[in-house]
Amino acid sequence: MSDLHLLVINVRAKDLKMESIRDGFGRGLLTAGQKYEQVVGICADLTDSTKMSLFAEAFPDRFIEAGIAEQNIVTVGSGMAAMGFVPFVSSYAAFCPGRCWEQIRTTICLNERNVKIVGSHAGLYTAPDGATHQALEDVTLMRALPNMVVLVPCDSVESEKMAVAMAESGVPNYVRLARGPSPVLTTPQTPFQIGPAYVFREGTDVTILANGTMTYQALVAADMLAKDDISAEVIHVPTVKPLDGDTIIKSARKTGAVVTAEEGQINGGLGGAVAELLGEECPTPMKRIGMKDQFGESAQTPEELLKHFGLDGMHIAMAAHQLLDKKR
Amino acid sequence: MRQIFSIEALELKANDIRQDIIKMLEIAGSGHPGGSLGQADIYTALYFNLMQHDPANPDWEERDILIQSNGHTAPVRYAAMAHAGYFDRKELWTLRQFGSRLQGHPERIKLPGVENTSGPLGSGLSQAAGMALGLRLRKQQHRWVYVTVGDGELNEGNNWEAIMLIAKYKLTNLIAIVDRNNIQIDGPTEVVMPLEDLRAKWESFGWHVLEIDGNDVEAVVDAVNMAKAIVEKPVVILAHTIPGKGVDFMEYDFHWHGVAPNKEQAAKALRQIHTLQGKIKSEND
Repeated sequence: MSDLHLLVINVRAKDLKMESIRDGFGRGLLTAGQKYEQVVGICADLTDSTKMSLFAEAFPDRFIEAGIAEQNIVTVGSGMAAMGFVPFVSSYAAFCPGRCWEQIRTTICLNERNVKIVGSHAGLYTAPDGATHQALEDVTLMRALPNMVVLVPCDSVESEKMAVAMAESGVPNYVRLARGPSPVLTTPQTPFQIGPAYVFREGTDVTILANGTMTYQALVAADMLAKDDISAEVIHVPTVKPLDGDTIIKSARKTGAVVTAEEGQINGGLGGAVAELLGEECPTPMKRIGMKDQFGESAQTPEELLKHFGLDGMHIAMAAHQLLDKKR
Repeated sequence: MRQIFSIEALELKANDIRQDIIKMLEIAGSGHPGGSLGQADIYTALYFNLMQHDPANPDWEERDILIQSNGHTAPVRYAAMAHAGYFDRKELWTLRQFGSRLQGHPERIKLPGVENTSGPLGSGLSQAAGMALGLRLRKQQHRWVYVTVGDGELNEGNNWEAIMLIAKYKLTNLIAIVDRNNIQIDGPTEVVMPLEDLRAKWESFGWHVLEIDGNDVEAVVDAVNMAKAIVEKPVVILAHTIPGKGVDFMEYDFHWHGVAPNKEQAAKALRQIHTLQGKIKSEND
C-alpha cells in the first residue's frame, strides 16, 4: 500500500534490515520522556534487556529500579499514576504480566490507573532461554481484562511510534515486545495509531491477519501464494484489543477465507479474538496459526522454532491452501 | 483542611463508628466485623484529627492520602467517611447491595474519597509507595500517605517487595499502620503463618518501628505525630488491636473475621458498644 510508506522489500531477500522490536521501543520511550515530563519508568532488574536503559540514563530522577519484583512494579506504577504520572513498567512478559496478573486487574484495570505495561522477550524469539521465558499467553491474559488495550508491534520502527502513542493514550496499555532481531517492514512515514488494523498488501482470495514478528511471515506467505496465483491480503493487526472489526470484516467478506498468525497461544490470542468477531458478525472459514495449547523449548535461533511449531511463512501459506481447497 | 477533635471527642466518634459498622453489617448480611471494629480508633484518629482532607472536595490537590490495603475492612472506612461528611450516613445502610457505591470491597471509581480499589491483599503498601514517589517528584512532600495493612495480609510477598522499595527510596512521607490483631480467616496468625518477630522483621528491612495499643486513640494520634518527626527511615506503627473490639462475643475470636451478626447478635453488640459496658455514653444520647 503506497500510502502506508512500507519498505519495498523482497521478503525472501537475505539483506533485510534487521532490528529488535524492543530496541525501537526503547528509543520511543526516550522520545515520550522528552515530550512528556509525566512519563516515568519502573523496571524489575532488566533495564538494559527491556531497553528502558535509554530512558533511565536520560531521566534518572524519573526512573525507579524496583529489583526483581514484578508484583511491585505494576502496583508502584498504579500509585504513581494516581499522582498524575504516566508510568511505563517493564520486565519480561513471562513475569509481567505473567506473575502479576491480579495486581494488574485490581490496581490498574478496575482501579482505572493509566499504567503502561511493557512485556519484553515475548514469544519464541526468546529462543535459547526455553519455555520458561517464552511468554506465549500474555496476549490472552491481557485481552481478558476490561479497560486494557493490547498492542503487538510488527517491527522496531512501529514499536518506536507505539511508545509515544501509549504515553498519549490515557488508559492502561499492554505492549508485547520480541527480543529480536526481526525484519524491519515499516518506515517512519508509515502511519500508526492505536486501534486501526493496516492492510499491508491487498488481495482477493484469502485474508491473512497477523501481528508481531508474524506480520513478516504473513508477507512471506503472501509472496509464496502469489507464485501459485493466489491473491492474499495481508492485514497487520497491531491493536488486538480493541480489535478493528470494520477492517477485518470488510476483508473477510471480500476474500471469504481468513488465516490468523501470531507468535503465541491461539487460544484467546489474536486468532481467538478474530474467531470471536467473525463467528458472531461474519462467519468465515478460518485457520489459526500459532501455538496450539503447547509450550516452546530451547533452540539456537527463532527460525528453528517457528519452523518446528508451524509458525513460518510456509505453514501460513499451507493453511491458506487448505482453506481455499475447502472453498472450491 | 483538618478537623482536630479532642481525645474525648475522638473516643465518642470511634464509638459511633463502631455502632454504624454493626448496623451496616447486619443489614448487609455479610462482611467483616473483626478488623473493622478493631480499627475504628485508628480510622477515627486519621479522619478526625490527623489527615488533611476535604470531604466536600475529595480530589483536593493538597489532601493527605489514606490507602486501605486491607480492603475487606471497608466498613470502618465507609463509616468514618460518612461521619466526616463525604456522604450521607443513610447511604451506609446500602453496603453490599445492588447499585450501591459502597461495594463489598472498596472501589475508587464508585466512591469519591476512596483512594484505591482493594480487597485482594498485599498491594496497598506498593501503591502507597508509588504515591509517595509521585509526591516527591511533584515536590509535594508536605502531603502524607497513610496505609493501613492487616497483619495476616503480611503473608503476601508483595508487601515485602514494597517494604524493601520504600526503605530503599527513603519514602518518609509514608506512614504504614499494621492492624496487629493476631487473627486471620483460618485462625491465629501465629498458627496460620507465624509473623513474629514482626518488629525485628520490619527493623531488619530498614524501617523505624513504633508499637502501640491501637485501640487507644490517643496513642494512635501520638504515634502518628511522632512518626512524622522521624526522617531517617520510613516508619511503621504496629498497632496492637483487639479484633471485634467493643463486642465481648466477637473480641479475639477469629470466627468473627468475616461473618456478619444476625439481628439478635447485632442488638446485643449495639448495646455493648453504645455503653462501652456502662463506662461511657455515646454522643447520640
